[in-house]
Amino acid sequence: MIAEHLPALQVVIPLMAAPLCILLHRASGAWFVSLVASWCSFAVAVALLGQVQAGGPISYPLGDWAPPWGIEYRVDMVSAFVLVIVSTIGAVVIPYARASVEREVPSDRAYLFYCMYCLCLTGMLGIAITGDAFNLFVFLEIASLSSYVLVSMGADRRALMAAYRYLIMGTIGATFYIIGVGLLYMMTGTLNMADLAERLPAVAETRTILTALAFLTVGISLKLALFPLHLWLPNAYAFAPSVVTAFLAATATKVAVYALIRIYFTIFGGIDVFETMAVREVLMGLAIVAMFAGSLVAVYQNNVKRMLAYSSIAQIGYMVLGISIASVTGLSGGIIHLFNHALMKGALFLALGCVVLRLGSAHVRDLDGIGRRMPLTMAAFVLGGLSLIGVPLTVGFVSKWTLIQAALERGWWPLAVIILLTSLLAVIYVWRIVEVSYFRPVPEGAADIAEAPASMLVPLWVLAGACVYFGARAEQTVTIARAAAATLLGVSP
Amino acid sequence: MSAETTILLSMAVPLGGAGLIAVCGSRPNLRETVTLVSAATLFALVASLLPEVAAGGRPAVTVVEMMPGLAIALEVEPLGALFAAVASFLWIVTSVYSIGYMRGHGEHNQTRFYVCFAVALASTMGIAFSANMLTLFIFYESLTLSTYPLVTHAGTPEAMRAGRVYLGLLLGTSIAFQLLAILWTWNAAGTLDFTPGGILAGRVEGPVVGILLFLYVFGIGKVALMPFHRWLPAAMVAPTPVSALLHAVAVVKAGVFTVLKVTIYIFGLDLLDGLDFNQWLAYVAATTVIIASLVALRMDNLKLRLAYSTVSQLSYIVLGAMLANSWSVLGGGMHIAMHAFGKITLFFCAGAIMVATHKTEVSQMRGIGRTMPVTTFAFFIGSLSLIGLPPMGGMWSKWYLALGAASTEQVVFVAVFMISSLLNIAYLMPVVVRGFFFAPESTDGSVTGGDAPIREAPLPCVGALSLTALGCVVLFFYADRILAFLQPMLGK
Repeated sequence: MIAEHLPALQVVIPLMAAPLCILLHRASGAWFVSLVASWCSFAVAVALLGQVQAGGPISYPLGDWAPPWGIEYRVDMVSAFVLVIVSTIGAVVIPYARASVEREVPSDRAYLFYCMYCLCLTGMLGIAITGDAFNLFVFLEIASLSSYVLVSMGADRRALMAAYRYLIMGTIGATFYIIGVGLLYMMTGTLNMADLAERLPAVAETRTILTALAFLTVGISLKLALFPLHLWLPNAYAFAPSVVTAFLAATATKVAVYALIRIYFTIFGGIDVFETMAVREVLMGLAIVAMFAGSLVAVYQNNVKRMLAYSSIAQIGYMVLGISIASVTGLSGGIIHLFNHALMKGALFLALGCVVLRLGSAHVRDLDGIGRRMPLTMAAFVLGGLSLIGVPLTVGFVSKWTLIQAALERGWWPLAVIILLTSLLAVIYVWRIVEVSYFRPVPEGAADIAEAPASMLVPLWVLAGACVYFGARAEQTVTIARAAAATLLGVSP
Repeated sequence: MSAETTILLSMAVPLGGAGLIAVCGSRPNLRETVTLVSAATLFALVASLLPEVAAGGRPAVTVVEMMPGLAIALEVEPLGALFAAVASFLWIVTSVYSIGYMRGHGEHNQTRFYVCFAVALASTMGIAFSANMLTLFIFYESLTLSTYPLVTHAGTPEAMRAGRVYLGLLLGTSIAFQLLAILWTWNAAGTLDFTPGGILAGRVEGPVVGILLFLYVFGIGKVALMPFHRWLPAAMVAPTPVSALLHAVAVVKAGVFTVLKVTIYIFGLDLLDGLDFNQWLAYVAATTVIIASLVALRMDNLKLRLAYSTVSQLSYIVLGAMLANSWSVLGGGMHIAMHAFGKITLFFCAGAIMVATHKTEVSQMRGIGRTMPVTTFAFFIGSLSLIGLPPMGGMWSKWYLALGAASTEQVVFVAVFMISSLLNIAYLMPVVVRGFFFAPESTDGSVTGGDAPIREAPLPCVGALSLTALGCVVLFFYADRILAFLQPMLGK
């Protein structure tokens, strides 16, 4: 009975937790509710992935209204994988949040923080699970609005400005998306993704559909911070509370990338948009520029949070690049990087959160000798950094390996060279931090600082350990990603 | 104990040693005991593998399956066994030497030094025993990373700058070229396993073979082929034991070892035979041999002179690999061992002179033979081996390399080997001549005629360098055994 309603529970549990946080009104109570909700969501997501692996895609008519009239929740390999990614990060981040939020968010607003966190989680899980283009917009807005609030809770006053910019850009993105959906509805009379996929080929040649595709692409690209629509991201990440940065960096852009995948391969699944509508040239060009520009700018950042934010822009480039290759290997490279990047960026930002907790700063000049003062935190940071570079035996290597194989399969070897060259840029910005934290002496007269508390170290090391575990034993994730890509492209894996 | 366990232990022992060293950091004597015990155990482990490999066995073990068809796996074959044996034996000697050197020189951060050293050796064992190119690549990178703290040991701005050159060139070439070549190989052949006869034959043809070969040879930055050689002289800011074991043996030999492995087991000699591309690379290597020797002539700093000499000697092996016939490849394999003993002796001597007299420049070394007769004589032995004169081991490897060049009637390369020997004499012998036949300088700089008292470096240093010098001589008599040991790798 419960197993049957898992798709609904996936969204309903965190949604119900949000008002509960308000009612409880106390930080610890709200935290506990969010903890339970996150862990339940994680369990549900894993169960769903198991169901999909065993029995194929699940269709769940919400409120028993049969699709395409009612809203359909549809869980296939891709959505199940993204659900697991988002809920894993949620489940790992929330135990960590307690100590970090206590330090960075005023205590009288902490319950609001947890409420917004639950809503944000709801939105992202909803995006991943829904099979309805308009419903996706609703969840996109739930996730976005709550994340504006989360960003604005940063201790630095500049967080407000960052949140405001994020709000403006995010709203433009959402508007573009909804205009695109409107155009599609105009031409087909349906909002259900599967239904859209069936009806679109008949009207594929019209200019309206081309316009719709353009609006959808721009709208989602704003949300996923594809270069040059990334301007909101660095400040939002830099000034948000550490937990929020870790959570958003590991999930928000991922679900946006997922939405993009859905648009191209499900909604427009009947039309080869990559060949006929010049999507490939645009996406691939922007992805490559993002990979270079993001990494280059990251090299010159002195605030480590900003550095990692720019690195995220570059990493998003890898995911989009995988999409633009549009072969099973390429798409699976993009999908697997969703997971891998969530692990590594999550670990890196959590490690930074530990540093901020003790040091009150994430500026490079304050990090001299930090490797000796906080050995466990920084060791995890190094593991995350190595993953970012793509060192073998870390998850980053698996992603890059798959992407480069995809490029070589198509015979596009310059693309392979570009991926390797941008990895070298990652070496530079990661190594800068390693050099500062391990090979510089601890400044004289520096106050003694302790390691971060166990409640933060354990989540951090779960993610850092996962970076290595799924780097050394990538068979499972690679298989899932390939199966997901094959489903999307409608071929056998 | 099964061979599989031995292979795994040969990596676990130095790693475990590194951990113990870190724990014992506050008690130097215990810490050095751990280093020595790990080194001795490691050598015993590697030695115990040799009979089985000599008998034709290829013990192997798969550590973890990373992606479908792509595993971290280890396998012992003759070339790797020889490399591992040389490196692990010289680790013992170097450890003894380090104790004298690091204490005599009053170095700081000694614990970090010994920890990184042990990790570097574990990586070296990994390289030697890799069963496929990906595994080799992983240990190749971990060797680079674990030696970085050793290069920047002094912590001075100069050392940090050198460290950046070191890391930049080694990581840069390996990621930009070598990794690309590995990915391409996987794409073309569907496997990365080291297979006798190669895996690329029949899978790629025409210019692609050439491009891949260039990517591999230049991507293996550790062979210091020009123009990617700058990291090696830069690494000389490290303490002398590092220069001796790592930058004359482990790291650079890992480079040439990889080139040989790629030539023999990825491309296969048959594929390369009669192609133009390896010919071009052979010319690059030959040019490196000559130019590096000429640069060595002009270096007054003894360690830098030896570094450029290493650059030149490494290209012997690259040249041997690129000539791609059985004599030259065997000669290249032998040269790994021969050059290791010769060059480590020279570095030990340079370090001993520095510890005893604080002299680093060749021009300062007048009369050094009178105060340090043992050291200077060992330097003489090592030089002879490098030049390739009997009764030193270095003669044989050079012999087979030249034979390989001659057997394909490439007189140019025979000439390169001969000219380079002359250049070796020109840059090594002045040290010995100055040492023995020039009158020493007194402290105020004036030349005195009188006898100076004998003042050698600490005993562990002198013992170590005498042992490796002796090794140069012993290898002369055992060259045929090494040759017979290596022969099966050609699959004949």
